[in-house]
Amino acid sequence: MFKEYDPLKNKLFSVMDKDGTITNEKWMPEISDEQSLQAYKDMMFARKADLMTVSYQRQGRIYTYPPNYGQEAIAGGIAQVLRDDDWVVPAYRELGVWLAKGATLKEVFLYFMGYEDGSKFENAKHLLPVSVPIASQLLHATGIGYEIKYHKKDEVVYTFVGDGGTSEGDFHEALNFASVWKVPVVFIIQNNQYAISFNVKNQTSSQNLAVKSVAYGLKSIQVDGNDFFAMTKVAQEASKLAREKQEPVLVEALTYRKGAHTTSDDPSKYRTKEEEQEWEEKDPMKRMKGYLQAKDLWDDKQEEELDGQYKKEVERQFEEAENYGEYPLEDVFQYHYAEMPDVLKKQMYAHQKYLKWKEGQ
Amino acid sequence: MTLVKAINNALDIKLEDNKDVVIYGEDVGYEGGVFRVTQGLQKKYGAERVFDSPLAESGIVGTAVGMAVAGMKPVVEMQFSGFAYPGFNHMISHVSRMRNRSRGKYTSSMVIRMPYGGGIKALEHHSESMEAIYGHIPGLKVVIPSTPHDAKGLLISAIESEDPVIYMEPKRIYRAVKQEVSDDKFNVEIGRANVVQQGKDITVVSYGAMMRDTQKALAMAKKAGMSVELIDLRTIYPLDVETIASSIKKTGRVLTVHEGPTSFGVASEINSLALEEAFLHLEAPPKRVTGFDTIFPLPQGEHHYMPSPEKIYYEIEKTVKF
Repeated sequence: MFKEYDPLKNKLFSVMDKDGTITNEKWMPEISDEQSLQAYKDMMFARKADLMTVSYQRQGRIYTYPPNYGQEAIAGGIAQVLRDDDWVVPAYRELGVWLAKGATLKEVFLYFMGYEDGSKFENAKHLLPVSVPIASQLLHATGIGYEIKYHKKDEVVYTFVGDGGTSEGDFHEALNFASVWKVPVVFIIQNNQYAISFNVKNQTSSQNLAVKSVAYGLKSIQVDGNDFFAMTKVAQEASKLAREKQEPVLVEALTYRKGAHTTSDDPSKYRTKEEEQEWEEKDPMKRMKGYLQAKDLWDDKQEEELDGQYKKEVERQFEEAENYGEYPLEDVFQYHYAEMPDVLKKQMYAHQKYLKWKEGQ
Repeated sequence: MTLVKAINNALDIKLEDNKDVVIYGEDVGYEGGVFRVTQGLQKKYGAERVFDSPLAESGIVGTAVGMAVAGMKPVVEMQFSGFAYPGFNHMISHVSRMRNRSRGKYTSSMVIRMPYGGGIKALEHHSESMEAIYGHIPGLKVVIPSTPHDAKGLLISAIESEDPVIYMEPKRIYRAVKQEVSDDKFNVEIGRANVVQQGKDITVVSYGAMMRDTQKALAMAKKAGMSVELIDLRTIYPLDVETIASSIKKTGRVLTVHEGPTSFGVASEINSLALEEAFLHLEAPPKRVTGFDTIFPLPQGEHHYMPSPEKIYYEIEKTVKF
C-alpha cells in the first residue's frame, strides 16, 4: 500500500466515493458491519458534541473552543486500532480520539471552561493533555516512542498535527529523530486546508505534505481523511509497521475544517462559499451514512432517535461540568513542583491574607 | 577531583543505580562531550543509555519531555548554554508545565545540563550567563555549583528530583578547581545556599565561577580588616530566602556578584529580598557587581565585562564604608 501510494506519485489513497460506494475493493479494510456501525455512531457522537460545544460557546457558557466539525473520520479510523496501552499525543483538535481513548466529554468541557482538572483524563490511560504550541507535541511523541523501545513494550504512539504545523522546525526534528531512533510513532497530519486563515497551498511548495517524510526515510501516505474506510486501512497498516517493526510512519489525512479555527475566528473572511460547498459533498458522515444505508444497516429514523439520545447525553455531561464549582487558590500553586517551595508558599499566604482583608471590607 | 570529574562521577552513580536514567545530546556518547564530561559512560553503559543525538536542541529537549512523561529520567546536555535556545521553547512551554497542566498525572522531571559563563576567550554565544531567564520560569528549578563537591551532590539531587532541573556548569572552572570528593553517593540539597565563611560587616552572595573571583576579593577585604560573610547560592531557584535574609539581618549589608547582565538579574532578586526581609537592618544600599546590560564582548573586550576580584573588592569597600 505504501509503495502503491508513494507520496512522490502524488496519488491520494481512498476506498469509498462521495456517496459511500466502495470503489477500491483491493484496499478495503477488514472490518465487520457491527464495527462500521459502531464507528459511525461514535463519529456521530463526536460531531453532536462538537456542534453543541460551539453553541454553548455562543451562549457564553464555555470559553474559546477549536471545532472538529468535518474531521470526524480521521479519529474514527485511528480509533479502530487504538489499544488501551497505546499513547495519544494530541494537538488540540482531536475530540474523537480523546473520547476513543477514554476521556469523558465532561473533562473536555472542563478544560475549555478553564479548569486544568479537565486534562486529568482520569479513565484514559496514556492520553496527554492538549498541546498548544504548534508541532511541539510531535517531539514528545518521539520521546515516548524511545521509552517504548527502550523497555521493549508492545505499544504505539499516535500523534497529531495540522497542515500549518508541517512548517514548524519541530515537525522536521520529530520525523528525523523518530527515523534515526526507529521508534513506534504514527504521525498524523490533519490537513484541513487551513492554518487559521492561511491556505495550505501557500504553506508549502511541496506537492503534498506526506512527501516531506521522504528525506527523513519514513514511509508515508496521503489519505482521504474524510473516508472512514481509507483512514481505517491506513491506521491498520501504519500501526502494524510501528508495532511490529518499530517503524515510524507519516500519514497525511486530507480533510476540511468545516467550522472555524476557533470560536474566535470567522472563516467567511478568507474562504468562499463555493469551496465550502465543494467539500460539503465530501463530508465524512454523509459518505459513511450512504455506505451504511446501502447495506441496510442504518436509516433516518434510527439516526434521528440516536441524535436525540446523544443530545441528552451531551447536555448531561455539560451540566455536570457547569456545576463543577470554584477554582481554589491552592490549585494555582500546588501542581508546579512535587513539593511547594517556600517562595511559592509565601506568595500564596500573602494573597490569602489580602483576601481575608478584602472579605472584611 | 575536578568539577568535570565530579559531574562525570555523579552521572556514573545515577546510571548505575537507576536503569531509567539515559544521557544524550550532541557528541556526548562516543566522544564523551566537547568538555569530556560524559567520557567513558557510553563504553560502560552502552549506546542505548548514553548516546549522541541528532544536532537539534529542540529535538533533544522535546523528546526528553516524552521520555519523562513515560517514566524515564533523561539527563540531556545542551553543548553550550548559548545554543540552548532552540530547546528553550520546550523548557518554557512543556518541561516546566507538564505537571501543572495534567494536575500531577504526568511530570516532566529531567535534568538539562549546560555549560555557561565567560572568561574563556571564546567565540560568540559561548560566554553568556543567562541563569536569570530560567529562574523566571515557573515550574523549573535552577542550580549552579561552584565546587566539585557541590557539583556532584547537586547533580545527584537533580537526577533524583521529581522536578525538572536546569543544571548550569561553570565551564571556566571545569578543571581549575580540585577538591577531595568522596566516590560514594551523597546529596547536596536543592534550595539550600551554603554559608562558606562567617563574617559581620557585609554579606557577599555569589555562585558558580564567580565564587573564585569573589574569594580573591575577600582575601583583599580581610587584609583591609573587613569581616565578610560569604554565601554560595548554589540554587538560583527556588532561592534560599531564609539563609540569605538572616545573614543580611546580621551584617546589615549585602553585595551580590554574578556574570549575567545587571537588570532583572539574580542580584536584583537578592536586593529585593534584602529590602523586603531586612529593611530595618540595612546600613547601606544593597549592591550589585555584575556583568553589564550589554552583549558579551568577543575575547579582546572580555576583561572589561567580567567582574574582577579588584572590582568586587572596590565595591565591597564602598558598601562597608557607606
